[in-house]
Amino acid sequence: MVKEIEKAGIPIVQMANLIPVAKTVGSNKMVPTISIPYPLGDPDTPKEEQWKVRYHRVGVALDALTMDVKEQTVFNVSV
Amino acid sequence: MKKAILYINQFFGQIGGEEEADFAPEIKEGLVGPAMELQKQLGEDIEITHTVICGDNYMGSNTEEAVNTIIGFLEDKEIDIFFAGPAFRAGRYGSACGHIGKAVKEKFDVPVISSMNEENPGVEMFREHIYIFKGGASAAAMRKDIKKMAEFGRRILKGDTLGSADEEGYYGRGIRRQVWLEPPITAADRVIDMLLKKIHGEPFQTELPIPDQDMVPIAEPIKDLSKAKIAIVTSGGIVPVDNPDRIQSASATRWGKYDISDTDRLEPKVFKTIHAGFDPAAANNDPNVIVPLDVMREFEREGKIGKVHDYFYSTVGTGTTEGEAARMAREIVVDLQDANVDGVILIST
Repeated sequence: MVKEIEKAGIPIVQMANLIPVAKTVGSNKMVPTISIPYPLGDPDTPKEEQWKVRYHRVGVALDALTMDVKEQTVFNVSV
Repeated sequence: MKKAILYINQFFGQIGGEEEADFAPEIKEGLVGPAMELQKQLGEDIEITHTVICGDNYMGSNTEEAVNTIIGFLEDKEIDIFFAGPAFRAGRYGSACGHIGKAVKEKFDVPVISSMNEENPGVEMFREHIYIFKGGASAAAMRKDIKKMAEFGRRILKGDTLGSADEEGYYGRGIRRQVWLEPPITAADRVIDMLLKKIHGEPFQTELPIPDQDMVPIAEPIKDLSKAKIAIVTSGGIVPVDNPDRIQSASATRWGKYDISDTDRLEPKVFKTIHAGFDPAAANNDPNVIVPLDVMREFEREGKIGKVHDYFYSTVGTGTTEGEAARMAREIVVDLQDANVDGVILIST
């Protein structure tokens, strides 16, 4: 899906837990998520913590859309 | 008696070479050129009633017109099966066979069989749509290639049980089909067998081949995020609780778009996930962990982004073939472009 959307010239970033799979399939911009069933918020942590993780990682993804990269890139997250 | 029709180009149709490549489509009764060999291989139960001939350049530069003309020729004919080529490594011919083959398949829903060399660009363009057998590089392989097409055609029309793409010798169409194993060996045993072979450095055959990578150019980045409209797309199966588009929980072929223009965050019991590939508890309790609308709204308020697109797009990514995923994405793209979406965040599970 990522490739078809990018092929149309629309910048896209994939947020995925399985980064190697995203890479193999041909995603160009990737941001890691924390798990498969809850990519952006661990239910065992407080709501505020989940918000922080989500806010940070989606923020990184949005910034990634503005980055001029030349090859497949995994963007670093700190929370 | 079953009826077949064959499509060939101007060269094999004995019209002429490159100088006749602009030859407009014609249909001839009976057998022309390769049709004779194909008829011989098909045997007595299948009759090739007509041969369609079109110049490769004509098909290349007037595709729609050529396809429509040929479909017009075929409308009053009896067709049980349609053949095109073989096209060997001839790129324009392969693409022509694909265009007409795909159109015939869509219009008349009959099996369409072609043959091309793996280097022929027609393979990648049309392997999802028609049976394309692995063929030789040049017309020297004519007899061999026709034999494969004919045998498979005979078997389809007889209703034989067909094997996988690899077993039959055509390029995989990206379709996954379930089979009963004989003798039955459970997946757990098969995977351990594979693992042991892998550890011992022995060859093994995966049951889930990942097609070769084909990269797409990286799209131009967004210049000014604060004016950009961003859409959320997910393969995590988040839908309104009644799943109005009846998106399948696995091997999805459908997707949905859901209005979030008046929504600040996705509430539980209003949205849920129908994805069958993971424990849905967390996402059902808080769908924002997959579709992060709440933080997107915050970024919108802060002015980091211009606007969250009024809809998010959802399907299920487990067991879904690359072919289906690509098709759904192409459909979604049309919508994104209509809405002037500047960028997409796609969340996978």
